Amino acid sequence: MEEKSMSDIKVKVKEKDLIKIQEICKSFDNKPGELINVLHKTQEHFGYLPAEIQEVVAQELDVAVAKVYGVVTFYSFFTMLPKGKFPISICTGTACYVRGADNVLQEFKRQLNIEVGETTDDGKYSLNCLRCVGACGLAPVVLVGDKTYGRVSPEGVKEILEEYQEK
Amino acid sequence: MTNLGGSKMSQHKQIRIALNNCGVIDPENIKEYIARDGYLALGKCLTEMKPEDIIREIKDSGLRGRGGGGFPAGLKWEIAAKNQADQKYVVCNADEGDPGAFMDRSILEGDPHAVLEAMAICGYSMGATKGLIYIRAEYPLAIERLKIAIEQAREFGLLGKNLFGTDFEFDIEIRYGAGAFVCGEETALIHSMEGLRGEPTIKPPYPAESGYFGKPTNVNNVETYANVPIILRKGANWFNKIGTEKSKGTKVFALAGKIKNVGLVEVPMGTTLREVIYEIGGGIENDKKFKAVQTGGPSGGCLTEKHLDTPIDFDNLVQAGSMMGSGGMIVMDEDNCMVSVAKFYLEFTVEESCGKCSPCRIGNKRLYELLDRITQGKGEMEDLKRLRNMSNVIKDTSLCGLGQTSPNPVLSTLDNFYDEYVAHVVDKKCIAGQCKDLMTYFVIEENCVGCTACARVCPVGAITGEKKEVHYINPEICIKCGACEERCKFDAIIVK
Amino acid sequence: MNKIKLTIDNKQIEVEKGTTIYKAAKELGIYIPVLCYMNLEGLNIENKPGGCRICVVEVEGRNNLAPSCSTDVWEGMVVNTHSMRVINARRTVMEFILSDHPKDCLTCAKSGNCDLQDMAVKLGVREIPGQEYAEMSTYKIDFSPSIIRDLDKCIMCRRCEMMCNDFQTVGALSAFNRGFEAAVGPAFEMELEDSTCTYCGQCVAVCPTGALTEKDHTRDVINALSDPTKKVVVQTAPAVRAALGEEFGMEPGTLVTGKMVSALRRLGFDYVFDTDFAADLTIMEEGTELLDRLTKYLGGDKEVKLPILTSCCPAWVSFFEHYFPEMKDIPSTARSPQQMFGAIAKTYFADKISTKREDLVVVSIMPCLAKKYEAQRDEFKVDGNPDVDFSISTRELAHLIKEANLDLNILPDEDFDKPLGESSGAGVIFGTTGGVIEAAVRTAYELHTGKKLEKLDFEQLRGFEAIRKATVDFDGTPINIGIAHGLGHARKLLDEIKAGKSEFHAIEIMACPGGCIGGGGQPLHHSDTSILKARAEAIYREDAGKPIRKSHENPYILKLYEEFLGKPMSEKSHHLLHTAYFDKSRKIEIS
Repeated sequence: MEEKSMSDIKVKVKEKDLIKIQEICKSFDNKPGELINVLHKTQEHFGYLPAEIQEVVAQELDVAVAKVYGVVTFYSFFTMLPKGKFPISICTGTACYVRGADNVLQEFKRQLNIEVGETTDDGKYSLNCLRCVGACGLAPVVLVGDKTYGRVSPEGVKEILEEYQEK
Repeated sequence: MTNLGGSKMSQHKQIRIALNNCGVIDPENIKEYIARDGYLALGKCLTEMKPEDIIREIKDSGLRGRGGGGFPAGLKWEIAAKNQADQKYVVCNADEGDPGAFMDRSILEGDPHAVLEAMAICGYSMGATKGLIYIRAEYPLAIERLKIAIEQAREFGLLGKNLFGTDFEFDIEIRYGAGAFVCGEETALIHSMEGLRGEPTIKPPYPAESGYFGKPTNVNNVETYANVPIILRKGANWFNKIGTEKSKGTKVFALAGKIKNVGLVEVPMGTTLREVIYEIGGGIENDKKFKAVQTGGPSGGCLTEKHLDTPIDFDNLVQAGSMMGSGGMIVMDEDNCMVSVAKFYLEFTVEESCGKCSPCRIGNKRLYELLDRITQGKGEMEDLKRLRNMSNVIKDTSLCGLGQTSPNPVLSTLDNFYDEYVAHVVDKKCIAGQCKDLMTYFVIEENCVGCTACARVCPVGAITGEKKEVHYINPEICIKCGACEERCKFDAIIVK
Repeated sequence: MNKIKLTIDNKQIEVEKGTTIYKAAKELGIYIPVLCYMNLEGLNIENKPGGCRICVVEVEGRNNLAPSCSTDVWEGMVVNTHSMRVINARRTVMEFILSDHPKDCLTCAKSGNCDLQDMAVKLGVREIPGQEYAEMSTYKIDFSPSIIRDLDKCIMCRRCEMMCNDFQTVGALSAFNRGFEAAVGPAFEMELEDSTCTYCGQCVAVCPTGALTEKDHTRDVINALSDPTKKVVVQTAPAVRAALGEEFGMEPGTLVTGKMVSALRRLGFDYVFDTDFAADLTIMEEGTELLDRLTKYLGGDKEVKLPILTSCCPAWVSFFEHYFPEMKDIPSTARSPQQMFGAIAKTYFADKISTKREDLVVVSIMPCLAKKYEAQRDEFKVDGNPDVDFSISTRELAHLIKEANLDLNILPDEDFDKPLGESSGAGVIFGTTGGVIEAAVRTAYELHTGKKLEKLDFEQLRGFEAIRKATVDFDGTPINIGIAHGLGHARKLLDEIKAGKSEFHAIEIMACPGGCIGGGGQPLHHSDTSILKARAEAIYREDAGKPIRKSHENPYILKLYEEFLGKPMSEKSHHLLHTAYFDKSRKIEIS
């Protein structure tokens, strides 16, 4: 019988990305136990963890890709969707909740017209909730990128967004 | 952003043990730590004490784990020490996931060497040469300072080989959490460090017998370790004179919510809630009425007026239907609806449940759904019985501490605020005015001048009325957004 | 003293230290209900995540209830397995589980054979409070050639995950998501077909609900049997006859060969044949290949590939194609008995009855789900027409027989049709682990040495041990044989070969525990491994009772070579009875 290629499972990835991931994995000695550290570094570099990147990580660490996916979907820090240019995070810790974080969140949802975990069509903003950032004295707290906004009210949402309009 | 209470926070009643150096030293300069007797305890342990002496000292001090359950730290160390293995591990749990708690972060940012020193001491006492700090990736400053601290400790020969000229070696690595509250549970934490899903496993075996990659592992949290060097410097007898009979030393709380002075407080065990809230925290902000204080985060419960004079310690809080947890303390006033508070915590638990065991995975979801219905006015009296039964079963059957305590916010509010539940269910009223579905917006006829401002701002056209006539809000159409109330300049719109 | 005394339900018992409450209670005859827990005794497979929490019991002095499956006993422990607190907890937990489970039992493939359904009955659940507003977790249904996954029915028992990862080391399945959304499936919720799944079907064999079931082909079989223009031929795998009776209430290990034949005839199959015939044919081809390689090897040929690996098991074939593609020239090129049968039926036999290939339908009854996939592989088709049209499992056959109102218990014994229904005892033992290699040895020995075997039963090749090793003396030449059942065990032998450390000349590999008798298409064993052993014994009984017990003595095989194939490894054989393997590893490519 004639030899034919039936390797129907192919994962396409850019060469420079492949090299980067291999580099990261190697820096952790390609140990399966370092999976979470590797994912942290990989997400730090790529911004998110799409399927093909998880495939490469799986192969490099010799872990089943299903297991890698199982880990990625377990931890809320990991995301398979790209974040916006200005990721907005609303703290929904208890102190912020007690001081009305939910109303602030609703206002962001309304103004951006996206749900939590989504990114605006223009890729500019993404919206996420996070648990206590340890700034309870400033509750309710909103983060845009690394910048912290304290004592945010629903009325203040527009002002925050305006800051990034021209950027 | 370490907020240690600011200028307003009263230092009265506070004793600083865990927070001893926080805000006092430059955490990025090891010399300042050393100048305040840092690493003295490690030196003393390595050169003058046998491992068993250290363990006895920690046991005698009565130090209990500050991360949740309050397990005696010395006993934990002893078990790990007795289990023989070629490799053992010392783990620091810095995965502070309790929403509204940030004491571990503050310690790591303000006094990282105290934790490093304690871990090395622990390593020596149990025969471990490797330490691992499992820290939330969301704490970049704490991570940065830990890295600097580890580097400096290595430079000074306080981590690495031949510490204090002895054969003992010890080094520390940092591992990152990735956003899973359940990883505060020690078996889940260990799985996470092994690169797996952070699912807990049944104990026994305990980590002290079979932990990280099957090796004996001691897991304590940041605050627990932060107590260790000072105990060994000043002695068990100094430490165990502070606190109550079964809870020694101090506890750091993150005081937040509707309180005048928010921030970290460190008080001796046995201090009352009233002292913390009124004497240190300055009482309720805006002179509102105190309603409840929530301790222990999602695992704890809501305590009321009647608990204010209870001395705070591990056992008293459990008895009152709450727990110490990691030390979150959220104060609530009359504007907080207790059914909604219970719902808030359940929403958190549902999101953070790992999904491994069915009562926690599904039961908590059902609790949440039922609470949600009650806040929408769809509850029935029968539901309150179901809430209680489901809560009891979830507590009774869940695999790990997360599910075993997750119904506490429900049970404690059912116990302490039953009338509020009944009001939601029978009268369809939310006394605190927080449940939108149970509110109605009214026009007070005598105040309304018919300016039409409210009708114009209403997004759904629920308000009708002629100019200069009294307006009317149609409750069927009204979505209770509150825009009209805000717009009205004549206080003619109220919500009930 | 390593004994521990405890009290369970007021009864005292002494057990070994390290015993769980569940096992201690069982010794007292107290059966605590379990759902996620699974112990396959003798196979070293135990699943105890402690996840379902149905098996909880009350232990004096303990605050909360204890999961009996995973809590060890201690001295003086006092256990109550049925206090009202326990009963209420179990029922409430069951209500939780069912509140997130579809209620389509009427049409569910597992209905009547479902652990969850049985548990709901046992725990007296009559209603699910709050069901009308309870959100359910939902997922896309995945239809693969062999297995259907309906995760709406997943209860997170993790049995499938354990079989797929720990036992098979395939790693196609993992728990994903967290909390209420958690379930078990392949990466990125892809379809099984796109994963590294081998279709071994062990996930289906252990699933306690309808979340994992076989792709049902009984409707296709009914359609074929109803079509007057078609001749329908059926072949039955050796392991089926040792298990089918269980579906009709017979004792495990009851042989129902004759009754099965008579049922198939009554269902309307035109010819009832035996895969065992093709198993004999496999031995002729594979045995010859083995001898060929062995002779070359013994003659000093350094190029020849040894050990030779058997190739009857389609899940095993998928496994090395996915994970060891660089070794794809080591296994025997002989097709599996199912495919050899199909190829001969659609050529040699079709000619004999003057029927065109397209008008002949070949149905196979298999203990296996991977056979469904194997039958659909492109290399086993001629102009799009498959050598085997439909492969149905033992369970599906049982359904068909019941549907036709036939009771296997009272059917008479009948014989297979000729010529493709005659088989030797060697063909029969293909159904259990070690059987293929024993059959091969019986033939290879005689062909190699030219001497008659004194004793046909090779006890050293039998048994349930995960990896077995034996040396058979080929008249002065010691032949080292390895046997593994379970792909995880196979992996160990493959790693040895890869490292150049293998001591074997020939290795038999079967994916399923116990071989085909424990296949994913067999009647569910419900964690009772004594059933697998009874089936294996039945297979050896059938062999012992056969007048012919060596493949090369099967007169119809000899006739087939004489009339059609010529000799083993002939060009015709090569074309019809051999195959090639493909690299199916996951490939990262630069885009």
